[in-house]
Amino acid sequence: MNGPLVEVVALCKEYRRGEEVVPVLAGLDLTIEAGDYVALMGPSGSGKSTLLNLLGGLDRPTSGAIRIGGEDIGALDSDALAAWRGRTIGFVFQLYNLLPVLTAEQNVELPLLLTDLDARERRRRARAALDLVGLGDRARHRPRELSGGQEQRVGIARAIVNDPMLLLCDEPTGDLDRKAGDQVLALFDALNREAGKTIVMVTHDPRAAARAKRILHLEKGVLLREEVQ
Amino acid sequence: MTGAWRLLPLLRAALQRHRLRLLFTIASITVAFLLFGLLGAVRTALTAGVEIAGRDRLIATQKVSIIQPLPRAYLGRVRQISGVRTVSSLTWFGGIYQDPTKQLVVFAVDANYFDLYTKELLVDPLERSRWLADRTGALVGAGIAARYGWHVGDTVPLQSNIYRRRDGAPSWPVHILGLYHSDSVDTNQIFLHYEYFNESVSFGKDAIGWILIQVADPAMGPRIAAEVDATFANSNAETKTSSEKAVAQSFANQIGDIGKILDFVVTAVFFAMLLVTANTMAQSVRERTAEIAVLKTLGFTDASVLVLVLAESLLITGVGAALGLFLATATTSGLGAALRSFLPHFEIPARAYGIAVLYALGLGLAAGVLPARQAMRLEIVRALRAT
Repeated sequence: MNGPLVEVVALCKEYRRGEEVVPVLAGLDLTIEAGDYVALMGPSGSGKSTLLNLLGGLDRPTSGAIRIGGEDIGALDSDALAAWRGRTIGFVFQLYNLLPVLTAEQNVELPLLLTDLDARERRRRARAALDLVGLGDRARHRPRELSGGQEQRVGIARAIVNDPMLLLCDEPTGDLDRKAGDQVLALFDALNREAGKTIVMVTHDPRAAARAKRILHLEKGVLLREEVQ
Repeated sequence: MTGAWRLLPLLRAALQRHRLRLLFTIASITVAFLLFGLLGAVRTALTAGVEIAGRDRLIATQKVSIIQPLPRAYLGRVRQISGVRTVSSLTWFGGIYQDPTKQLVVFAVDANYFDLYTKELLVDPLERSRWLADRTGALVGAGIAARYGWHVGDTVPLQSNIYRRRDGAPSWPVHILGLYHSDSVDTNQIFLHYEYFNESVSFGKDAIGWILIQVADPAMGPRIAAEVDATFANSNAETKTSSEKAVAQSFANQIGDIGKILDFVVTAVFFAMLLVTANTMAQSVRERTAEIAVLKTLGFTDASVLVLVLAESLLITGVGAALGLFLATATTSGLGAALRSFLPHFEIPARAYGIAVLYALGLGLAAGVLPARQAMRLEIVRALRAT
């Protein structure tokens, strides 16, 4: 692949609230190289979560273009976009969003159900991802039997199990205490530095943002400034 | 769309979410299909006569009511009508064996009665000739003989809950001279000689129940029926002659329009089940809004989600239907033996199983389609924001 991993050009997003049009992103340009670790910061309503959703193909822009890994995701129809998400993106949510009736291993295995792997290989990879986040011994536990930090690490294992091109994390430490948050951030550090994963993380927490290579500050839908660390 | 089998772990997970609610929903559907099966058996039992009625047979009954008797002398006059091949009679005896709880289906018939039912009532020729030679003899169904352990050669005392003997004796001793077998007709009946009955009865002498007429050509049926009725018009016992099928249907209709009543009950029950199942599915999908959004985020397509919810709905109704039909089959088998004297064909017809499969599919799809559509159209961002 030539060029940056993520290319965002003149990205606009508006929402309609009755008759009123609410602009959220206003002509945003952005490039992210493969292997980068970017923190998106900004006050509530600045558009950082909207940008993350657009990068992940969870929402459609009003105008502008998003190219990830050379793919213009705006040109994909709904099914193609879903398949692309499954192959390309790993999502980490603030509230973990694990399925409560599944074990940790089964939760991690979920994205692999969309592949051609047989059940044995799916389980092997799910177990390897859990080992990577230090939860190999919790594979058979259900989410309610895990602490918040452990749940989030299962969420990270689920995000990386199919070796995605890009990890998108929405306030991944927002619901964790400091110690658990540090463990999660250490995992992201390792994934970025050792596995070369490209990470984009929305956060309000300056300590979390400080771990990233770049911090992008958004306000009122535009990129206000950028800090390179 | 993802191969449907890949959704199995998710389907299993969805069903595990609220086990008690799932159990109650399946139990409700089970009861609905149990009822469907039992009502189907009742319908079969009450209309079995209609199904086996012959096209070349007519039945003449009293015009006022099928239970009113006709003069025996009518037989000879009917025999005179052109196109009539055989004329016989059938008179309800109303049998009791040993005590009033053992009710039997006993008829006094003319000697030629079995000529009309050569295909339906199968009797060994030797046994039949013995019966023809002995006026106190009886031909009994293989079913009732097996039930009471009777054998050819036994003498069985039969009482009637209608008639008394002229000599004051409490019962009619009858000799079992043969057994009849049948694939289509109830084998729990007993046939006595009319002559033996008529010579010993204390009242109702020379009266018969129904006149059975076999016509040379089924096409002549309507003309012959009209001629029979015209022959006895303005008499003390006018007749109403119809095809055997029409009489059987009319007999079944004595207790109301069974088909419509049963259809109404089944429709009401299935409509209630539709609401119950649809409510379960709607609740289930509403509770899983975030999970469905996560699945879509992970790459599951809209169609996969649609299939997942519909499969869940179909599985619930399918399991309920299978259990209900199993219980209905077991119940009819169990009750069938006990009810054999009154409802000889108390069994679920084969086509009812096919209809039940269609109902289960229809119920599953109808209950699941709206929640499935809702899940399919769920917007990921909005759903995740709501959690």
